[in-house]
Formats: sequence, C-alpha cells, structure tokens
Amino acid sequence: MSPGAPAPQAGSSVLMGFVHRRRRGAELFLLVLALAVGVGGYAAVGLGVQGKVPPDIIGYGGWLAALMVGAHVVVRLVAPYADPVLLPVVAALNGLGLAVIHRIDLTEQTDFARQQLTWMTLGVVLFAGTLVLLRDHRVLARFTYTCGLLAIVLLLLPMAPVVGRTINGARIWINVGPFSFQPGEVAKVLLVVAFAGYLVLHRDALALAGRRVLFVDLPRGRDLGPIVAMWLVSLGILVFQKDLGSSLLFFGLFLLMLYVATERPGWLVVGALLFSAGAVAGYHLFGHVRVRVDTWLHPFEYYNNPDGADSFQLVEGLFGLAYGGLIGRGFGDGDPTRVPYAESDFIMASIGEELGLTGIIAVLLLYGIVVERALRTALISRDGFGKLMATGLASIFGLQLFVVVGGVTRLIPLTGLTTSFLSYGGSSLVASWVIVALLLRISDQARRPVPGLEPVDETAQAEEATQVIKVGRS
Amino acid sequence: MSELTFFLIRIAYLAILWIFVLAAISVIRSDMFGARVPEAQRTARAPGAPKPAKQKTSRRKGSPTRVTVTQGSNAGATAGLDGAPILIGRGTDAAIRLDDDYVSTRHARIAASGDQWFVEDLGSTNGTYIGSVRITQPTTITLGTQVRIGKTILELQK
Repeated sequence: MSPGAPAPQAGSSVLMGFVHRRRRGAELFLLVLALAVGVGGYAAVGLGVQGKVPPDIIGYGGWLAALMVGAHVVVRLVAPYADPVLLPVVAALNGLGLAVIHRIDLTEQTDFARQQLTWMTLGVVLFAGTLVLLRDHRVLARFTYTCGLLAIVLLLLPMAPVVGRTINGARIWINVGPFSFQPGEVAKVLLVVAFAGYLVLHRDALALAGRRVLFVDLPRGRDLGPIVAMWLVSLGILVFQKDLGSSLLFFGLFLLMLYVATERPGWLVVGALLFSAGAVAGYHLFGHVRVRVDTWLHPFEYYNNPDGADSFQLVEGLFGLAYGGLIGRGFGDGDPTRVPYAESDFIMASIGEELGLTGIIAVLLLYGIVVERALRTALISRDGFGKLMATGLASIFGLQLFVVVGGVTRLIPLTGLTTSFLSYGGSSLVASWVIVALLLRISDQARRPVPGLEPVDETAQAEEATQVIKVGRS
Repeated sequence: MSELTFFLIRIAYLAILWIFVLAAISVIRSDMFGARVPEAQRTARAPGAPKPAKQKTSRRKGSPTRVTVTQGSNAGATAGLDGAPILIGRGTDAAIRLDDDYVSTRHARIAASGDQWFVEDLGSTNGTYIGSVRITQPTTITLGTQVRIGKTILELQK
C-alpha cells in the first residue's frame, strides 16, 4: 500500500506543505552569543570600573551558562518546535541587564545584581516549570473566569491593610514574610488569559453588531460593558494605587486584544475617547498625574524644584542620554548613578549613557524581535485562543517598553513601569520569564506539523480501522 | 590601562551586542522558509486536512470508490473518486463527459469533506436533482443516492 499516494491537485497547494523546522541548533548557537553578551558585559564592567576582570567571572559565567543551557534543554525536551529566537533574545536582555545593574552596584555599593541573579534563577525555574506542566496552552481557556477573578484579587491585594505597602507613592506592593512583591506583575499575565478566553467566545457579538458612523463601525451600547468595566478598573488603579503605568498598560492591553479579536477600528476610537476622558479628568483631579504631565512638558523648570513637583530624575536621565552620545562613554566612564533608580526605572538612561545610541538601538531591536516573534506566533497559531493570548503577551512587552522608553526619553509623561528583563525588580523578571514560557508553548503548538498527517503506516492503518466503524454507524 | 584599551573594550562590547542582534535576525530570516520536506512526504501533507482522509476513503471497505452513470446515453461510464472533486458536464475537462443535451458544459461537481460526499450544482441550466428535489446548495450523498442530471442518473458505487 502506498500511504503517500499523491493526490492529483497536491502541486497546487505547495504553501500548505510548509513545515517549520525545529531549529534547536540555531537556538543553542544564539544562546552562546547571548551568553557572550551577558558575560562580556560583566567583564567589560569589571574592566571599566575596577580596571580588572572580576575574579568571580568564572562562577558568574558558569551560573549564567547553566541557567541558559538548562532552559535550552527543557525547551528541547518538551517544546521541540518552539520559536528558536525568543529564548536567546530574552536571555541576552537579562544578561545585559545584570551587567548594567552590577555596574551601578559597584558605584553605589549595593547588592542588586546578586538579588537580580537570584530572581533570574527563580524565573528560569518557573519558565521550565511552566513548559513542563503546561503541555497545551488551550487548557488555560478553561480557567478564563478563574484567571480574571484571581487577577482582580491580586490587583486589590495591595489595598489590603496588613500585607499592602506603599513604596515611592504607589500602593502596588505586598509583603510576604521578608519579601515584597508586586502582584500586578502576575495579574497582567492572568488578565491576558482571561481576556483571550472571554474574547474568543464573545468576539462575534462584539464584532458584528453595531452601526456605522463616519466610516467607523461603532459597537452597540450593550456590548460596551466589558470595555467600560476595564476602563473603570484602570481608573481605579490610577486613583487608589496611584500607579499611572499599570493603569495605562491594562487598558491598552484590553483595547489591543479587543481590536485584534474583532477587527473593528471602532473599538480603538471608543477606547481612545475613553482614554482621553480619563487622562483629562486625571490631570485635573489628581495631583500625582498633574505632576507627571507638568514635569514632562517643562522638565527644566522643575529641575531641583523644592516644592513637590521635581523633574530631577527625568532631567538627569536626559543628561545621561546626551552625555552618552552615539557610542556611549563605555562602562565605568559615565555617571549613571546621578539618576535616582538608575538600576530599575531608568536603566535605559544608564544604557544610553554608557553604551550610547548604538547600544540603545540594539536593545530596542531586541525588544522589537521579541514582539515580532510573539506576533508571528499569533499569526501562525491555529486556534483563536492561542492567537489572542500570543497577541496579548506581545502587547504587554510592546506597551511596557513604549511606556518606559517613551517616559525616559520624554516622548510621553514619565510613568512607573519596569523594562522587562532589563531593569532590577524580581516580580517583573519572574513574570516576564513565565510570559516567555507561555509564548514558547503557543509557538511550539503552532509550528508543530499538523498531527495525524504523518505518512506512517501504523497510524494510517489505525485510522482506517477507526473510520470503518464510523462509516458502519452512519 | 590606556585610553585606547578602554576604547577598544567599548567598541568590542557594542560589536558583541550587534553581532547578537544580527545573528538573531538572520535566524529569523532563515526560519521564514521552513523545512525541506521530501517530495513524497510533502504531497501527503500538501492537500491539508480533508484530502488525505479522502484518499483513505477510497481504500475503505463500505465506502464509495467511484461514480457511475446508471441511466442515460452514457450508461456505464465511470470515474474513480481518487480524482475528487469530480466535474460532471458536457465539456472536455469533465471527468465524466455526458452526451446529453440537457446537461451544461460544467454542470455539477462531486467533492468530499471529511468522509462525506457532496454533490454541488455549478449553476447549470436545467439543475441537478436528488430524487425529485432540485438542489440549491452542496448536498450530502451516500452510496446509491440517485443524482439526476438532465436525462442521466449517476450514483456512488463501491
């Protein structure tokens, strides 16, 4: 018998014959380069700041290499068709972040890099755990409402009296024993799952009903419920937790996913109107929003301003970027520690100062690659839930980067969000690694050859046997 | 260490960063073209989900393997279902050519979806009938269902 007997029209659909390669070798090659970025950065920092290669570089490099190889082996075993570029790129970003944090540690006499490495280890362990335990992302669709509820609980948790804590004016932290944690970072992953599950079920109602006004399809009034609810949640975060960045992130995330799910620009118009209304109201009603906008528009007037609205951080960041110029001062020759929070919120300014525009562009390109790979995964994914989830996770990275870099470079008002993988912060780093694990899981499912079409004789016969029974019944 | 050494370190590190970026991009570029699948394997995969099922259909016991003309001027003419979709009409490209004045050039088509067979009228003048009902949309047919086209009757046979 010839299981692969060619169908006469086979030649007409060559595109369908496209199968992705596993590319695990390419991933390993890129991981070696990523390791060079991480360890090279560490060495360059030691040479630049202290004039010698750090004595613990073998241990540090070994640890980093162990983490990367471990992650690679897990991917090879449980997600062999996953995207080959995502893991190395985020590993390189994480390595670069560690090097820059270490450079700031050396001046400030802090110990952030070591803590960050601990968090990275935890992140990689959770990455591996997610890939091993979650063999099919569609399982998550069952937990749509559970995830949504959990996310809202997590978002409200910092408001609780005992565990909640206010740091730097934003009430987004909880204390668990000796650790403090930002539950919002976990909530955003859960929200993506919840949105994806919800939109996959309801997108037809959201997409088809409505009327057309001035070339734009406006949705029906009663379908506005979820978007208004999300808008209120975002406003709540803005008002009660004073966290401008997360508020923007959650609303933007929901809006983008809604747009992708329904293909209707009308939602973007509605969302932009709601956002503008919220922004204008926020500016007039809340002091912390007004301060951000004022220091954004006139940073130099508020430089070292004694009464409240101070743009010191923003202006020092701009000075740093300018001092860095095209190719940067080199590690150790800049003065990034003048900027408060140079290791977390303003790590982009630190990179700009010591690696210059050349370094910044490389970092932005790496983020661009992450978002591109995530969106590519969404494009080739075969199920709607996976598509939406990948889009949502891509939007998280994209929005976060836009908000942070836009804030640091004074394109938009400065808001507090972390630069995923780069900046110091355990919650964000761990959440980002889990997001990458989810993306790899979706891309593994998407790139895997369509099951059941393998021309293996046993399976063909097994299928035949089952089909005979089916026909007998009909 | 001299200024020059520091400068070289700086440039070297930027070079490493950019080599990584370019390597990642080149992997993405080569990833766009997928695997080279052997010809036999590809043709098995190429038609997508429904067609391999159809090929198996032809080998199954109790399922139709051919379309036969049972009444009319071309009675006895037959076409294997391997070549699905099967075009029926007066034209030269039809799999079953009927010399029947009431049949259009491209009259109807028999195609499969999963393990079911459908007959679909291709906008013929006199229509396609199952029993006495003129079909307006693809209609399921099974073994022995009589499909009337003009003065000709066809059916699926084993």
